[in-house]
Amino acid sequence: MDKPLTATLNIEQPLDLDQYRNKGGYQGFARALDLTPEEVQQQVKEANLRGRGGAGFPTGMKWGFVPMGEDSPGRKYLVCNADEMEPGTFKDRWLMEGAPHLLVEGMMIAAYAISASVAYLFLRGEYRLCATRLEKAIREAEQAGLLGENIQGSGYSLNLHLHTSAGRYICGEETALLNALEGKRAHPRAKPPFPQVVGLFGQPTVVNNAETLCNIPGILRQGPAWYQDLGRGEDAGTKIYGISGRVKNPGLWELPMGAPAKEIFDLAGGMQHGLKLRGWLPGGASTDFLLPEHLDTPMEYDAIAEAGSRLGTGGIIALDDKHCPVGMVLNLIRFFAQESCGWCTPCRDGLPWASEILNRIESGRGSQEDLDELQRLCDFMWMGKTFCALAPGAVEPMSSAMKYFADDFQQHIDKGCCPYRH
Amino acid sequence: MKIAIRTFSYQDHLNEAEIQAIEKACADYEQRPAAAIEALQIVQKQRGWVDDPCLQAVAELLGMSDAELEGIATFYNHIYRRPVGRHVLHLCNSISCWLSDVDELADHLRGRLQVEFGQTSADGGITLLPNVCLGCCDKAPAMMLDGELIENLSKEKLDQILSKLHQGGENG
Ligand SMILES: Cc1cc2nc3c(=O)[nH]c(=O)nc-3n(C[C@H](O)[C@H](O)[C@H](O)COP(=O)(O)O)c2cc1C
Ligand code: SF4
Ligand code: FES
Repeated sequence: MDKPLTATLNIEQPLDLDQYRNKGGYQGFARALDLTPEEVQQQVKEANLRGRGGAGFPTGMKWGFVPMGEDSPGRKYLVCNADEMEPGTFKDRWLMEGAPHLLVEGMMIAAYAISASVAYLFLRGEYRLCATRLEKAIREAEQAGLLGENIQGSGYSLNLHLHTSAGRYICGEETALLNALEGKRAHPRAKPPFPQVVGLFGQPTVVNNAETLCNIPGILRQGPAWYQDLGRGEDAGTKIYGISGRVKNPGLWELPMGAPAKEIFDLAGGMQHGLKLRGWLPGGASTDFLLPEHLDTPMEYDAIAEAGSRLGTGGIIALDDKHCPVGMVLNLIRFFAQESCGWCTPCRDGLPWASEILNRIESGRGSQEDLDELQRLCDFMWMGKTFCALAPGAVEPMSSAMKYFADDFQQHIDKGCCPYRH
Repeated sequence: MKIAIRTFSYQDHLNEAEIQAIEKACADYEQRPAAAIEALQIVQKQRGWVDDPCLQAVAELLGMSDAELEGIATFYNHIYRRPVGRHVLHLCNSISCWLSDVDELADHLRGRLQVEFGQTSADGGITLLPNVCLGCCDKAPAMMLDGELIENLSKEKLDQILSKLHQGGENG
């Protein structure tokens, strides 16, 4: 099986420019330069690549909203979203540490496809090794004339800058990210206008996830048909799936899109000795719980949605039978409450409130009314009532836990203590 | 009422290397305030934290108001607006580390350093802070020590690291 995302990945010592080129690196970019930007967009559309940042938005379609042609704004931006702060998610870090040139090439092709003259790589500050390795890859590309003015005599010019952030989850939301890049407080922006039309510094801008961009070189080099065939089910290509929690061998694997969750659990060797699986989040902290009975579900956007959750980042978090589901939700909600940007009331007030109630229940001081209140809060912070998707994302694990682990919540109240505390 | 007339110049508070590094960051953007977060990190790198005069100096250099820059500085988890110890230890408290019983390590650290999260040990050696998921979830529990990610933590491993820091502190 082809593994285009990890074929050139080396976590100990990533390939330098020459080594990467010897393995076919920058051929995708060379091929792109032979096409018009619109033709590159068309290739990515045909490949049916969907964004790996969590929402699964079709990448080609996203690019298609950018004004093109003679009359379009002279300055456009491509931004790589490498803020990766969703708990339970560590895939972009692996790609950037192990295959920095793959991402740089992906960014170059994407920038060319929308005729952007400047690209930013927005990296979370804690990923220092990524920063060092990406910085080196960018310098090598510059020195080889792959970045800068009139690249390879094509007439196309591109400058690529690394921006290291300083730790705040909301910066990963694409419009908040644009505010952060402008040196403003990173709260989200109203949409419309969409960033593709009015984005960074008011100019047309595309924001793509780092893993999404790593898919682009392969599509250009080997074609949309090849890419489509990589997927096992509805969705095209491969995906970096991960798993953490009390499994035997937590880690990351590149698998065809649509591989069943069970395959990932098997690769991880199943649960640790003496533990049973209670539930799992399919793609990071902001996705709904699923149960062991859902393990055969293909890890692709529509199938996971039908099962009642979201594929999200594809980073599975496994809950075992020795850890308290209420405690797990409390941990998650505390994260979201802390990271709320405070811009809109349901989220700013609702999350600390939910966190307080959960803390009460978890420590055995909760009441029946607390459960009702928690349920109301799920509704209060749901989609359409908040300014961005952070609060609804927080609701997903909470409301699904209250559904699937209702007995556990009830026991905390009836017994006046956490049944899991030893 | 006395009105203070501000005679403030960023050159009095930032050194030449810092100013140059900040100017270099500014060149990457259409507008100077966009370099704010990088500028704060540059200043913090040299000094450990960002004090008021430095914050004002950076604001002046970037053409922003102090309040605007303060709003950014305090927005981020890794810009320190208070003094920190010689070493800063961020222990991850997010979900995969929680499932790996990081709470026990947190208790252990609090006991050994005799501090709560947010405080610096009495000898000024170590500031203990929490951190959201560090992207080390498959090698949980994890922490960031002086910017370096350290994975697969245990009490024994923590003790070793702390002893080493302590020795380093005494010798240097
Ligand atoms: C609170 C919040 C945090 C997010 N964090 C990230 C992130 O760290 N990385 C990322 O790629 N997308 C993140 N997203 C999704 C982005 O808004 C955006 O959808 C994504 O970068 C688009 O890239 P894609 O089309 O390639 O998937 C986040 C969204 C929200 C609401
Ligand atoms: S939902 Fe939360 S994070 Fe999003 S804008 Fe509102 S307060 Fe900010
Ligand atoms: S949860 Fe601790 S590193 Fe991800």
